[in-house]
Amino acid sequence: MKTYIARRMLQGLIVLFIVSFIAFFIFQYLGDPVLTLAGRYATVEQREEVRSLLNLDQPFYIQYFSFISNAVRGNFGMSYVSRVPVARLIIERLPASIELAVAAELFAVVVGISLGIFVAAKPSSLTSKFFMTGSLIGVSLPTFMVGILLILLFSITINILPPTGRGNLVNLFGRWRSGFFTLDGLKHLIMPALTLGMFQMALLFRITRGAMLEVLGADFIRTARAKGLSSRIVLYKHALRNALIPVITMIGLQFGQLIGFAIVTESIFQWPGAGSLLLTSMYESDFPVLAAYIIMVAAIIVFLNVLVDISYALLNPKIRYK
Amino acid sequence: MSKLKAIYISKPFKHYLNSPLVIAATIVLFIIAAGAIFAPLIAPQNPYDISSLMLRDSLRPPVWHEGGNLPFLLGTDMQGRDVFSTILYGSRTSLFVGISVVIIAGGFGAFIGLLAGYYGGLLDTIIMRLGDTVFSFSQTLIAMLLLGVFRQSSVLLVIAAICISGWVQYARTIRGQVLSVKEEEYILSSRAIGCNDLRIIIKHVLPNSISPLLVIAAVHFGMAIMLEATLSFLGVGVPVTQPSLGMMISQGRDFLYAGNWWLVIFPGGVLMAIVFSLNLIADWLRDEFDPRIKNLQNS
Repeated sequence: MKTYIARRMLQGLIVLFIVSFIAFFIFQYLGDPVLTLAGRYATVEQREEVRSLLNLDQPFYIQYFSFISNAVRGNFGMSYVSRVPVARLIIERLPASIELAVAAELFAVVVGISLGIFVAAKPSSLTSKFFMTGSLIGVSLPTFMVGILLILLFSITINILPPTGRGNLVNLFGRWRSGFFTLDGLKHLIMPALTLGMFQMALLFRITRGAMLEVLGADFIRTARAKGLSSRIVLYKHALRNALIPVITMIGLQFGQLIGFAIVTESIFQWPGAGSLLLTSMYESDFPVLAAYIIMVAAIIVFLNVLVDISYALLNPKIRYK
Repeated sequence: MSKLKAIYISKPFKHYLNSPLVIAATIVLFIIAAGAIFAPLIAPQNPYDISSLMLRDSLRPPVWHEGGNLPFLLGTDMQGRDVFSTILYGSRTSLFVGISVVIIAGGFGAFIGLLAGYYGGLLDTIIMRLGDTVFSFSQTLIAMLLLGVFRQSSVLLVIAAICISGWVQYARTIRGQVLSVKEEEYILSSRAIGCNDLRIIIKHVLPNSISPLLVIAAVHFGMAIMLEATLSFLGVGVPVTQPSLGMMISQGRDFLYAGNWWLVIFPGGVLMAIVFSLNLIADWLRDEFDPRIKNLQNS
């Protein structure tokens, strides 16, 4: 198992290396950092000064190395647009994004898995068929349509939920501005969380159902039933435990999808998170922010993947004993 | 004639006739595709010919509402563009992107997957690891970042951005199939009678591994259309001069609060109808052609 995990970690590092290369390329060669930072009216000497400040006069590998050593220390340079350190810009936005992702994932996992179990236990009931068709609609709805339909329904037609922003926030530990602890904050959270979680929920529902159906057809379930265990115990203790392995893997692997959809969701609800920062940086060609965002996202995803691989190995004896 | 009859009495066809939802999905797709193909003949207005737009016709509601009038069946937008016509032209872009992505990504993925599965080795390892990476970063994120960084928009670039990660699923699926097919005895026998690799791959491996790709293609078709709409919605997709359902929705969103719901609901509805129909058909194909699932349902 150790070699298995070591190999996975090595693969993760390779991915990070490639991504860092792409980010470096974006950071150093797209746009004109000298012109942007020194200003249009800078003299030739000033431009040269900025050029050597950014190491642009150094050979390629030294530039790359200094970019990486800075990145590891959390230094991604200055934003071209707001002239603030990029790291600070992103860190300010993170609490909003993390809270949205947590709320959405919670909704997706709880509702998706419960529905999946229910439908697998009663595959031919009318309610199950209804949910199955419903989930197909769920995966057919683009995220932005979900958001717009929710706004149309709850903000414009019956006007009970606010369509934009985060509402009243509470300061936690001096830094973390949280919307979890005020009624207004929670009200602002409902629609974005539903929007972001909808696709994930429908997907988890379908995967749980599939995995449950597969497990329920296995011999050991028949044995468990034959020895007289109640259907509740068979369903939850025997079937669900085994069915959850692919589901948990999926939750980890789908995180990239969640980050992508978060960009869309944050744009619709004007949620002040990292995703909407990325969008504005794209529109304004603020390449340092783009580079930092890409590295951050890659690090998160690679980390989660290694975590998924490890937990998969722990849960699955076939790999554990290899 | 006998071929037609064979189809007619085949099992999948009988099942097809017994699934009203799937039949409905096919009809919906056909109607939308026909509307898209014959858009210049059907549409009362060419929405991207500026000379045909009249500002006095701006923001008209659908005909059945007060203030709406023909020929603006589904109302007009701010610039007096007919929503119905724009949807017809927009579905053209959607379907074109979807079909191109499926053909390019599917063809490339199937080719690479076939080689990886048949020959194994380093190529196989690289492709599988690349596949893992692309899968965990998600196609949405990859396409979004790519287009966002390069900030140039054209339909071809959108197609390329979706294809860059789209081929992986095809490659992985066909690779898995090939791995099991190449162990079959008839492959060994063909090799024994002296067939070369090319002949074995084309004549024996490919036909026996390709059917699962059908389901993937149907799902991917819908996904590509959804992704194009999302990219255009965010403003990093097709250029503003190109009709697109996603862009219509994005522009219409600003008018929602003023009560002009038709700018969002109609293009959004058509988009959903396309993707939902494709997913219904994909689901049906999966039930019909994946023996694993079939056994599950019987048990």
